[in-house]
Amino acid sequence: MAAVARFFSRGANSKLSITGVVTGAHSSFAASLLKLSPSCSFRSKTQRRNAAHFIYQPDPVPAQYGPTQKMNLFQSVTSALDNTLANDPTAVIFGEDVAFGGVFRCTVGLRDKYGKDRVFNTPLCEQGIVGFGIGVAVAGATAIAEIQFADYIFPAFDQIVNEAAKYRYRSGNMFDCGNLTIRAPWGCVGHGSLYHSQSPEAFFAHCPGIKIVIPRGPVQAKGLLLSCIADKNPCIFFEPKILYRAAVEQVPVEPYTVPLSQAEILQEGSDVTLVAWGTQIHVMREVANMAQDKLGVSCEVVDLQTILPWDIETVCKHEETFLWTLWLSLVLHKQDSFHSWNFKVKMGDGLVCGFEGTEIYDSVVKTGRLLISHEAPVTGGFAAEISSTVQEECFLNLEAPITRVCGYDTPFPHIFEPFYIPDKWKCFDAIKRMINY
Amino acid sequence: MLSKNKPSIVSFRAAAVFSLHALHRQQPFDSTLEKPQFPGASAEFVDHLEFIQPNVISGIPVYRVMDRQGNIMNPSQDPQLSKETVLNFYQKMTLLNTMDRILYESQRQGRISFYMTNYGEEGTHIGSAAALDPNDLVFGQYREAGVLMYRGFPLDLFMAQCYANADDLGKGRQMPVHYGSKDLNFVTISSPLATQIPQAAGAAYAVKRENLNRVVICYFGEGAASEGDAHAGFNFSATLECPLIFFCRNNGYAISTPTNEQYRGDGIAARGPGYGMLSIRVDGNDVFAVYNATKEARRRAVAENQPFLIEAMTYRIGHHSTSDDSSAYRSVDEVNYWDKQDHPISRLRHYMAARGWWSEDDERIWRKQSRKTVMEAFEKAEKRLKPNPELLFTDVYEEMIPSVNKQKESLWRHLQQYKEHYPLDLYEK
Repeated sequence: MAAVARFFSRGANSKLSITGVVTGAHSSFAASLLKLSPSCSFRSKTQRRNAAHFIYQPDPVPAQYGPTQKMNLFQSVTSALDNTLANDPTAVIFGEDVAFGGVFRCTVGLRDKYGKDRVFNTPLCEQGIVGFGIGVAVAGATAIAEIQFADYIFPAFDQIVNEAAKYRYRSGNMFDCGNLTIRAPWGCVGHGSLYHSQSPEAFFAHCPGIKIVIPRGPVQAKGLLLSCIADKNPCIFFEPKILYRAAVEQVPVEPYTVPLSQAEILQEGSDVTLVAWGTQIHVMREVANMAQDKLGVSCEVVDLQTILPWDIETVCKHEETFLWTLWLSLVLHKQDSFHSWNFKVKMGDGLVCGFEGTEIYDSVVKTGRLLISHEAPVTGGFAAEISSTVQEECFLNLEAPITRVCGYDTPFPHIFEPFYIPDKWKCFDAIKRMINY
Repeated sequence: MLSKNKPSIVSFRAAAVFSLHALHRQQPFDSTLEKPQFPGASAEFVDHLEFIQPNVISGIPVYRVMDRQGNIMNPSQDPQLSKETVLNFYQKMTLLNTMDRILYESQRQGRISFYMTNYGEEGTHIGSAAALDPNDLVFGQYREAGVLMYRGFPLDLFMAQCYANADDLGKGRQMPVHYGSKDLNFVTISSPLATQIPQAAGAAYAVKRENLNRVVICYFGEGAASEGDAHAGFNFSATLECPLIFFCRNNGYAISTPTNEQYRGDGIAARGPGYGMLSIRVDGNDVFAVYNATKEARRRAVAENQPFLIEAMTYRIGHHSTSDDSSAYRSVDEVNYWDKQDHPISRLRHYMAARGWWSEDDERIWRKQSRKTVMEAFEKAEKRLKPNPELLFTDVYEEMIPSVNKQKESLWRHLQQYKEHYPLDLYEK
């Protein structure tokens, strides 16, 4: 009943919540939000269009990790948690309403399988949940905390920013909470309004010491979540809740990891680089097709996946290509000696080797244009960080200003959601303008 | 499109399993009984209107073992500690006091940047620390240096932390008095108040699952108890049945804020029962009362897996910190009363003198000796170089991440060119 009470206090639409209570088996806000029953004839066209701002594109079936099973995103999360509890006897999962399976069903069956001392409800208090999780991790056990919606992570901001992120540094590495992972449903959901829609990653991106990870689908979700849990740093794992049921694909049953701080190029292209994460990746894929069909523009789609530390790989495997391209561009643009000198100094200092986001740079060096898109508001959003860094490092290659297509600088609205989100048409229009720049 | 996405068979099956389990867990429900059936509380009906009065005039009594002259008041409560143990208590309390005086003065002279003394609260530290097992994990606020002192933290390391020199275990990153020791199970102090309280609950939960006969103790002031994190920690530890001792130092002030601006209930101890927590209030200037309460709380916390709350009443004799002049908000007479007439150190000294365990000569010799030891550590710490500036960049993450590494290299390049503008000679190379 605790869970139901919470839907009433937090549910955006009480009519849906009541339906949830009556039907019992679907008594979760998640089910109410995501399961659009065809029998609900009162739904207007607006609501349907609202929920479908993207088309989910399954990942290829991973062959290298053994048998796979068809899973949606919430099931792949359960699978990752199941693998963890099975292999790590210290691991515990806790949060609001996780014991009965969670309001989004991510922990269904785990308490029965592993015991109530390992999968348990906490009091309704986010700062307590994260503080408690830090403590579990400090004592050496594996802590997997759930915040019911990313919107409600802010009461725990102090514990995350001042405590979790700084534990190792401030103690000179005597103590740490590296075994802590915080999971939270994230992103827009069609009608979640102000407090069931937020994308707070940029608030945390300004905080050295934590990792922030966002998957685009079930395969990535399981592999990245297992990486977060195994990682020796506190991680925040944001799960795009609109994909919990919408995204279905073959997912390996056994544990596997997808490396953190590595962006992935999902589609090669030569004219524009599109960078996004989470659900927005699927918008980008569609936009790339539209650009190809309508404009003949070839887009490269990059899933950032890890927001912090973003695209960390510094092996510089593209260094030679990069330098060669940069050299060519210098020659082609007939740069004066000052620029050449400047360039050489930077190389001599080894700056080139320090490039993070090799793939993005590599991509932007190749395409000369960059569009970054996220659901979160534009001002102070993470696109600003990417944009500024790419501008610094790829100045000579950019053919047009870097463009950000993001949420507006307003709270996330209820009935205006279709106008608020950075949908494919807004992104498409931005590409058109970039090409014509 | 979402509307076309049908839940898979797996999820239907999971839902069915869930419903079954939910049914099995439901309590028997008899609607014919004429008594309250509300799930939120177990109580009888009452047919007259009456608000519950808080009892703040005659609050929870203060447990005391010895009076201000060091006399045991009730022999059944005498912990009957050996002479050796009591002398150790006294020497640790006075050594802490000596270190406080020297480091306080050193801050006044600008030799360290900040300091916080423990004047008047030495008894709470030593009494509680002595009642614990050395393996018990300690979470503190910042005014519990005596716990470390009792556990044998070397003076050199206290000083190294305050001077942030190359010997500091914390690598010179935090302000003075933010001690920590992995070896002594003392979790590194941080400035944000009360954040350690729910963390202690989590650690206690993990410790309970290890089943190794350990508890966690968590210290905080009465001001910190107003933070939301205190509420979180109390409630979590009770509902999740954690072997944890909450130790509140109620010293009457949070910087300048007196307790009547901090709360209106009967102090902190009175909140414990509201969380379903066994609670007690003790005389914090009575090291034996603190010892007894902590000892029994520890015994029961381990045996019963439940939290205990100890509120130690005391008085903050010193300024809040070296950045504070407490005469701006309280009278010198008030401070003098506690310093001269009701001090944990003098009380224990009376107790020892009455037994012939401590003489004026012993006192003189010990004062001289402890001062010498502290001064030696002090001078040594002051001469030591600061840590290599490279340590500014490590431990942000477990691994060195490329962007931070790049920033480190950028600082080195910068220093090569502008070294004369930086105090490089004070740092290790």
